[in-house]
Amino acid sequence: MSKLQISEQYKYGFESNVPSDALPPGLNEGVIRAISAKKNEPPFLLEWRLKAYRHWLKMVEPNWAKLNINPIDFNAISYFSKPKSQVDRPKSLDEVDPELLRTYERLGIPLHEQKMLAGVAMDAVFDSVSVATTFKEKLADAGVIFLPFSEAVEKHPDLIKKYMGTVIPYRDNFFAALNSAVFSDGSFVYIPPGVRCPMELSTYFRINAMNTGQFERTLIIADKGSYVSYLEGCSAPMRDENQLHAAVVELVAHEDSEIKYSTVQNWYPGDENGKGGIYNFVTKRGDCREARSKISWTQVETGSAITWKYPSVILKGDHSSGSFYSVAVVNNYQQADTGTKMVHIGKNTSSTIVSKGISTGKGQNTYRGLVKVSPLAKNARNHTECDSLLLSDTCGAHTFPYIEVSHPSAQVEHEATTSKISEQELFYCRQRGLSEEEAVNLIVNGFCKTVFQELPMEFAVEAQKLLEISLEGSVG
Amino acid sequence: MFEIKNLSADIDGKTILKGIDLKVNPGEVHAIMGPNGSGKSTMAGVISGNEDYNITAGKILLEGSDLHGLLPEERAGEGVFLAFQYPVAISGVNNMVFLQASLNSIRKYKGLEPLDAFDCIELIKNKMKLLHMNPELLQRGLNDGFSGGEKKRNEILQMLLLEPKLAILDETDSGLDIDALKTVAEGVNAMRDEKRSFIVVTHYQRLLDYIIPDVVHILKDGKIVLTGDYTLAQRLEKEGYGWLK
Repeated sequence: MSKLQISEQYKYGFESNVPSDALPPGLNEGVIRAISAKKNEPPFLLEWRLKAYRHWLKMVEPNWAKLNINPIDFNAISYFSKPKSQVDRPKSLDEVDPELLRTYERLGIPLHEQKMLAGVAMDAVFDSVSVATTFKEKLADAGVIFLPFSEAVEKHPDLIKKYMGTVIPYRDNFFAALNSAVFSDGSFVYIPPGVRCPMELSTYFRINAMNTGQFERTLIIADKGSYVSYLEGCSAPMRDENQLHAAVVELVAHEDSEIKYSTVQNWYPGDENGKGGIYNFVTKRGDCREARSKISWTQVETGSAITWKYPSVILKGDHSSGSFYSVAVVNNYQQADTGTKMVHIGKNTSSTIVSKGISTGKGQNTYRGLVKVSPLAKNARNHTECDSLLLSDTCGAHTFPYIEVSHPSAQVEHEATTSKISEQELFYCRQRGLSEEEAVNLIVNGFCKTVFQELPMEFAVEAQKLLEISLEGSVG
Repeated sequence: MFEIKNLSADIDGKTILKGIDLKVNPGEVHAIMGPNGSGKSTMAGVISGNEDYNITAGKILLEGSDLHGLLPEERAGEGVFLAFQYPVAISGVNNMVFLQASLNSIRKYKGLEPLDAFDCIELIKNKMKLLHMNPELLQRGLNDGFSGGEKKRNEILQMLLLEPKLAILDETDSGLDIDALKTVAEGVNAMRDEKRSFIVVTHYQRLLDYIIPDVVHILKDGKIVLTGDYTLAQRLEKEGYGWLK
């Protein structure tokens, strides 16, 4: 086997010269009060944060994942950082620091509406705060609320109070508890009954400041009969230290509604020796709360030193359905432990899981998934497809499917494959004129096709580009 | 013109080819016959640049320039085509996407503009008609679930698309029924012209009834032991390889 390597150049590793206003590193109740005060939060939210913090203090870091994690010093992290120019929240893009706008231009995300991808509204989160949200008026006309989380807290405290923490309670797990205590910003979406959101909603997360963690919270509510497609992207400068990103995403789907949530995750993965990179420890869960609701997660995970996330769906409503489509790539010393949980509770619920893991270098890629059929879930259906592609002799792919069935009518299917690109396949492609690199790209893209098809067009193209692989090392 | 001079090659230290000389003029079809293990497939692999083989002596010249040191994809660009004995199947890669990628790689090598998807489809569908291929095969994975005959036709389809200067057919007749054999032969004969050379590797005379060779070589134990015309193939069919010393 020739030595195949993904030498993916990290094009987003630059640092912006944006002065920041950050809290000193360290975590205590004073820090949490300071975050809450900086954001003028109502008392209920401060109280909730403090409860979460006190609960977190009693928890221990989970170690069940197949990951090697350097110990995290939670007191060395700054829990709040925002660009100085954002001290007074700009009313329009004209008031946004030009250096910030340039940062997003360099990332390929122009925030000026006339330059933007038609049909995509964008919320840009820089370190701990949202710096710009586009197309606010157009969305407001449709009744859609798309706001930075902190602005939603001010303008729609009733919705926040009603829904926040109802899918992922602060007690849920160590990192969700931490996030609940210190979360800074994120996006909030509410689609009113019967409304089909007129454009794709998108948030771009950027970590810039050093020694800063990013703890964003996203909450999306699709009311009865509504539809929304939401995309998130992320990147960070190249640094030698590991930076923590511990997000929480909650989705609530009411009767007959549908939420499609897509992620292209490209946090800095660390260098080829495994130095630096983002720890991406994220809790994502969707709640199909009522009948015939649908939630679909699609993720393309190419970045981060360590990825630890299991976007899940709780299928409470009768006839509700959940799906999870994932491509996870690990290279060099990257580690990913990712998958999903599908919890069938309502009657006639169905779920689909398609996971594609690509591993090369010394990367370790783990699929971990749970399909649970509760005693009440009559006629539950699940289909799981879990494929691994190995591109080097030094990487690893691991699969941990958990299936718990408590109703005799359940139909649960699990298919899994592991493959390598063979010399015969490569030689065949090369005999037909393709370079080794083109051949690998073609095969890898083919491998990921069923997942890419689930992405909105603009993101599918970006995802393919991200997977573009260049080969190092001579053949033979 | 295609020429091999005193070619020797080994694999994992085992010598397979022991000084082969061969000259195929433009427009000619040469058949290479010989018993199992005589080195026929090795020769096809060595010419197309398969890196499993190690060339220990000799030269491979296409239109006077040495192919030595060229990568398989560069040799393909220069006009070397190998129809594989066992074409691989790659399930995730759409056949149409593959054919377009291949065609445009070769065009790029030749300094031609790439063809867009519409032109490609039209070109491919026209060639498929010639080979009586079901257009549905375009929507499948590359050779994925193809029958033996479909795989071989897909090889010949690629040969028609890429228009090589030298086409090597490695046991293209194996696994084909008589109708498929005729179709494949028609495809090959349609391409025969003054500029192109063919090397047809086969065990049996059967294919040569439809693709009439100009020259027949017998390869045995890594050497060409006998060269003759079409009648040599007929004699082999009757008497086997036993009489060869």
